[in-house]
Amino acid sequence: MLLIPCPFCGARDETEFAYGGDAGVERPTDPEAATDEAWTDYLCFHDNPKGPHRELWFHRDGCRRWLEVERDTWTHELGAVRLSRP
Amino acid sequence: MRRQPFRAAEGGHLIDRTEPLRFDFDGHRHEGYRGDSLASGLLAAGVRIVARSFKYHRPRGVWGFGPEEPNAMVTTGVREEARPNLKATEVPLSEGLEAFGQNAWPSVSWDLGGAAGLAGGLMPAGFYYKTFMAPARWWPALYEPLIRRMAGFGPAPSAPDDAFYAKRRIHADVLVAGGGPAGVAAALAAARAGARVVLADENVRFGGDLLRAPGEIDEGDGLDWIDTAVAELEAMSHVRLLRRATVAGYYDHNLLTVAERPGGEAPAGAPAARLWFVRARDVVIAAGAHERPLLFDGNDRPGVMSASAAGGYAHAYGVLAGRNAVVAGNNDSIYRVARLLRSAGVGIAAVADTRSGGDIRDLPCRAGGTVERVLGSRRVRGVLLRRADGRAGDKGERIACDLVAVSGGWSPAVHLHAQARGSLGYNEERGLILPDRPGGANRSAGAAAGRFDLDGCLAEGWTAGVAAAASSGHERPAGEPPRSPDRSAWEAPVFWQTGGGKRFVDLQYDVTAADVDLAAREGYRSVEHVKRYTALGMGTDQGKTSGMAGLVLLSEALGRPVARTGTTTFRPPYTPVPMAAMASGLIGEGRDALRRTAADDWHEARGALFTAAGLWRRPRYYPREGMDEEEAISAEVRETRAGVGIVDVGTLGKVDIQGRDAAAFLDLLYANRMSSLKTGRGRYGLMLREDGRVFDDGVVMRLGENHFYLTTTTAHQHEAMQHIELLLQTVWPELEVYATDVTEHWFAAALAGPGSRALLGRAAPELDLSDDAFPMMAVRAATVAGLSALVFRMSFSGELSYEIAVPADQGLALWTRLLTEGREDGLTPYGTEAMGTMRIEKGHVTHAEADGRTTPDDLGLGRMVRAEGPGIGKRSLELPALRRKGRQQLVGLSVIDGEARIPPGCQVVESDDMKPAPPLGHVTSFCYSPTLGRALALALVENGRARTGQTVYIASPMIDLSMAAEIVSPVFYDAQGTRLHG
Repeated sequence: MLLIPCPFCGARDETEFAYGGDAGVERPTDPEAATDEAWTDYLCFHDNPKGPHRELWFHRDGCRRWLEVERDTWTHELGAVRLSRP
Repeated sequence: MRRQPFRAAEGGHLIDRTEPLRFDFDGHRHEGYRGDSLASGLLAAGVRIVARSFKYHRPRGVWGFGPEEPNAMVTTGVREEARPNLKATEVPLSEGLEAFGQNAWPSVSWDLGGAAGLAGGLMPAGFYYKTFMAPARWWPALYEPLIRRMAGFGPAPSAPDDAFYAKRRIHADVLVAGGGPAGVAAALAAARAGARVVLADENVRFGGDLLRAPGEIDEGDGLDWIDTAVAELEAMSHVRLLRRATVAGYYDHNLLTVAERPGGEAPAGAPAARLWFVRARDVVIAAGAHERPLLFDGNDRPGVMSASAAGGYAHAYGVLAGRNAVVAGNNDSIYRVARLLRSAGVGIAAVADTRSGGDIRDLPCRAGGTVERVLGSRRVRGVLLRRADGRAGDKGERIACDLVAVSGGWSPAVHLHAQARGSLGYNEERGLILPDRPGGANRSAGAAAGRFDLDGCLAEGWTAGVAAAASSGHERPAGEPPRSPDRSAWEAPVFWQTGGGKRFVDLQYDVTAADVDLAAREGYRSVEHVKRYTALGMGTDQGKTSGMAGLVLLSEALGRPVARTGTTTFRPPYTPVPMAAMASGLIGEGRDALRRTAADDWHEARGALFTAAGLWRRPRYYPREGMDEEEAISAEVRETRAGVGIVDVGTLGKVDIQGRDAAAFLDLLYANRMSSLKTGRGRYGLMLREDGRVFDDGVVMRLGENHFYLTTTTAHQHEAMQHIELLLQTVWPELEVYATDVTEHWFAAALAGPGSRALLGRAAPELDLSDDAFPMMAVRAATVAGLSALVFRMSFSGELSYEIAVPADQGLALWTRLLTEGREDGLTPYGTEAMGTMRIEKGHVTHAEADGRTTPDDLGLGRMVRAEGPGIGKRSLELPALRRKGRQQLVGLSVIDGEARIPPGCQVVESDDMKPAPPLGHVTSFCYSPTLGRALALALVENGRARTGQTVYIASPMIDLSMAAEIVSPVFYDAQGTRLHG
């Protein structure tokens, strides 16, 4: 079980957090102008790397902030944890 | 006869001879002492056959001393009290303990299944895979029950286990796994440095190997030194000592589980087992080592025992595992064991050392000799010794004995190191698999790291403790590490086997050396595949004694170095953990927090039957004298529609939204426009997921220019808040909006029915309730029943209705005052069943319809979606898949037979012939409508709206049910909405 160092609350158990998926996905700024293909890419086609991954975690039972966490999907080692901002 | 014929006259530091205990094994009464394990008690009583083996039902005795025990599998208790698959070495003796040997009928000493042993040659590796092949239809009826009966372990208890099990979560700077000399030295160093230390050991007493054999530390008795150190640790408030607690699992980020099993007669109130979750900054793995067997014909016979265990029973329990012993092995530890046995009163017939030259004058040594074969079938009667180097012309030597104590060297317990994904290395010269690079903040010390001398263990443990404490910033403690004159390293050349015959590698699963050889000849190369094919190492002991032997045999058969074969994966748990301890807190009452609304006390006093809604409990209905469930619910509906009812809606999610950009944000959050709302007005809103499916619905009220109050469904209140925070924090952080979950701040109750205006008019006399002054979807601040409140005019029931919200601490007051005030109106409290019935009659959707697959158009709400704008989910509605014809759409189903009732889980089909056919759709919600006098359903049906007027069938093939229904509009009742005005 991961121990996630929340910048506000300190290191906390994974059970306090909700997973939010790939942090690298950018929402098209003008959805109406996006082609069907570009929109479905945004919706459905995300990378699933073995190794370093930037992902969103919501500190649900803590400060309620969405965090961007660098996690190695193979070793579960965590890198930088920071506030999520696009 | 003496009660304990194999108990030495004195000795045994774990037992209390002043307190005899009686226990039963396989129906026979025996006696032991307080402090005994079941294994030592059985040995003292002279019971040699303790269980039968898994496959061949061969008689088996006690082999080991602790969790490595492969043989002595027992069940304690009977029927609902039964605890199967325990190791006799780990069961503490208690007064009146009832235990049974496993895998035998009618008893271990006279077992019918033992006949399988005679045919043993017929069950080679992969027997089940090869034999029970075809026909496949024989599997459920014949093969599976047969295999289960043959291969089963102990019986499952016949009733739920009502004992108390517990979990605890703690943090530590240093967790020390194992309380032998290395572990205690590590704990002492780390604790003196000031680190918060948890020291866990599987035994009732700390000491590790010193429990089994004496040693000298700091010029005194080793165990005395341990006791002194433990007393010092116990006195420190930042140290926690866990006895009979095995560190079982090593997980991500240094989270470890420790299975604590007080066992025996635990103090009142103590759990039967407790699972600790320890988050440790650093871990010292001082888990010791397991003694390896020697492979010779009949090495499984009762009386063949791990040498250190045989010595341990003498030293720790004063128990003689035999009267006359042959000690055999390939390392110096056999001399220590031989002397221990001799001083306890066991005759030493021979000491066979596979190495040449190790001749010790005071013992009957056979240098360069080893056991070739065990004589005797039900128990050891003697051995045939031969020269280990296989010199020609050696006829061997028969020696009578009843105990064969063997040592094939030692395997460091690298399990935790490997579970943490540390790498392992094979030391060819020493024949040891050793921890290499650690995976995570941990360090191995002592025998677990391949140090077998007491002095080395102490020094290494101390150093590890200092280093582990430094991980959490603690300075090196004062003082020197403890020392011992014992520097005897038990190096053992790799030497495993002699001769042919039945040489068992895995005693628990009856895997022989020939089985491993066969697997290699049949083409198995991977050690993981050989493990699964032969079942080697798959028993409850997880190959603690057999793993290394199997590895060496396989490598020899394949003609490649051991290092290339590698090991199987070490997975948690290290020893079996009771399922009940794992399940503790996850089942039964107390699993979840229970949320109660402010009016919950009233509901309970009124005798409401509750239903769970997320963590909330809500009244389902209020039972009535002389009415069944449907009648009581129908009465609630009828009285509300004819008069006035009240329902607790305090469980709805409530969010307060404020800020300069609040209105703009709500346009993005909802599929319909919210910025056009006037202050004091509200609107029903749909939230979509980004993929266009309906996520949640609720009402948005504008309380001020930049101030909104919105409700979410009870079920999605957390997800909705998470969704709102995601959008505000990651997608549109530039918006100045503050969202606060105020679900717990407000209580709300809805008054519904034509009589609600009159009742509310008396409760809030200054409020003008006329349609003009207080129209539908308006919100007003008012004093209701003397309480400061927000009043919303909205309706879920289809009747004239007002929702009244007050601060939660005044919720009960509001509820009771309204009920008092409403007595003259016949005010009826109603529950979720009546609420659900009325909403089905009105065709309102809930999560049964908005099930994560439906779009607004599927639900008939397509017109609510504002065409323009970048709101969440709207772009997806234009994707071809969401616009195509033939999607399932929400319809009403009116059941034609007025007496019929709809069961749960029904499909909607075109024909009533009950033949398998793809359904048109399924029933999402159903009720008996007292208003219309028939059963109604909402359903999602392919092209549903175009089928209005058609007859379809509501079918449940599981119960052979089919009923005709007409497809109608989902709004069954008052389609014009005239009743909303009272």
